[in-house]
Amino acid sequence: MRGKTYKVLGLVLVAFSLTYGLLTDIPDLPLLEQSIRNLFYHVSMWFAMVAMMAGSFGASLMYLRSGSRATDLKAESLAEMGLVFSVLGLLTGMVWARFTWGAYWTNDPKLNGTAITMLIYLAYFVLRSSGQDSKKTARIAAVYNIFAFVMMIVFIGILPRMTDSLHPGNGGNPGFNSYDLDNRLRAVFYPAVLGWILTGTWIANLRYRIKRLSH
Amino acid sequence: MSPKLYYLTVALTAPLFALAQQEETAAAVPFMYSTGRSYIVVAVIGILFAGIAAYLVHLDRKISRLENEK
Repeated sequence: MRGKTYKVLGLVLVAFSLTYGLLTDIPDLPLLEQSIRNLFYHVSMWFAMVAMMAGSFGASLMYLRSGSRATDLKAESLAEMGLVFSVLGLLTGMVWARFTWGAYWTNDPKLNGTAITMLIYLAYFVLRSSGQDSKKTARIAAVYNIFAFVMMIVFIGILPRMTDSLHPGNGGNPGFNSYDLDNRLRAVFYPAVLGWILTGTWIANLRYRIKRLSH
Repeated sequence: MSPKLYYLTVALTAPLFALAQQEETAAAVPFMYSTGRSYIVVAVIGILFAGIAAYLVHLDRKISRLENEK
């Protein structure tokens, strides 16, 4: 198997986060209790999504320079994987919210921002399928992807920090990187993020190879 | 869908149907707040993950075979 190193490393890191994430000591936080462990799973999904979309953004830029079909397929595969992570992140966040905030959804800038971002990327796939699978469609899709990425940064990274929010890290709340996130949590969280990014890249790579085979 | 993939999907999603028996989320709250026997959870999650990892490896090998045939 080619690329064995990063693939095995990705699986090992994810497996580590799944086991140690459940067994490691956690800080004693009110309301959250054991659910702080969702940091390793829910938050990792979003970090992995941003990484996938960043890769897709890079591939779209490269496509506009080179016009290589392969690069275009890479952009599509990475965006698909990013969308998968966003769906998982959203669902896990909703469950976490229900049993800590008391509701599956709140009128919160971060939550609405991520939902809007997902719609923006869904529109990217609609755009791709609406054309006749030509170079022109690919160019338009690549340009759209660039805008989509920038809007993602705005909707999930910038706007939520500027207004009131329940979500950690926004609206004046400390992120999980002040007194809540200690080194015990970091020791599992960082490997988890890396593991999911590597595993997501692997799955995107599989999808890319399937697309190449069928062209 | 291949038979193996079908059975894997059923085996992994079957426990979810048990959760569907809880009628109200209000009834689910005490359950969701309980702890203990966490090692069983670790083992279960480990099995799920091992299954998914094995499937990924299988997929990767299958695609490599197809690519080499071409």
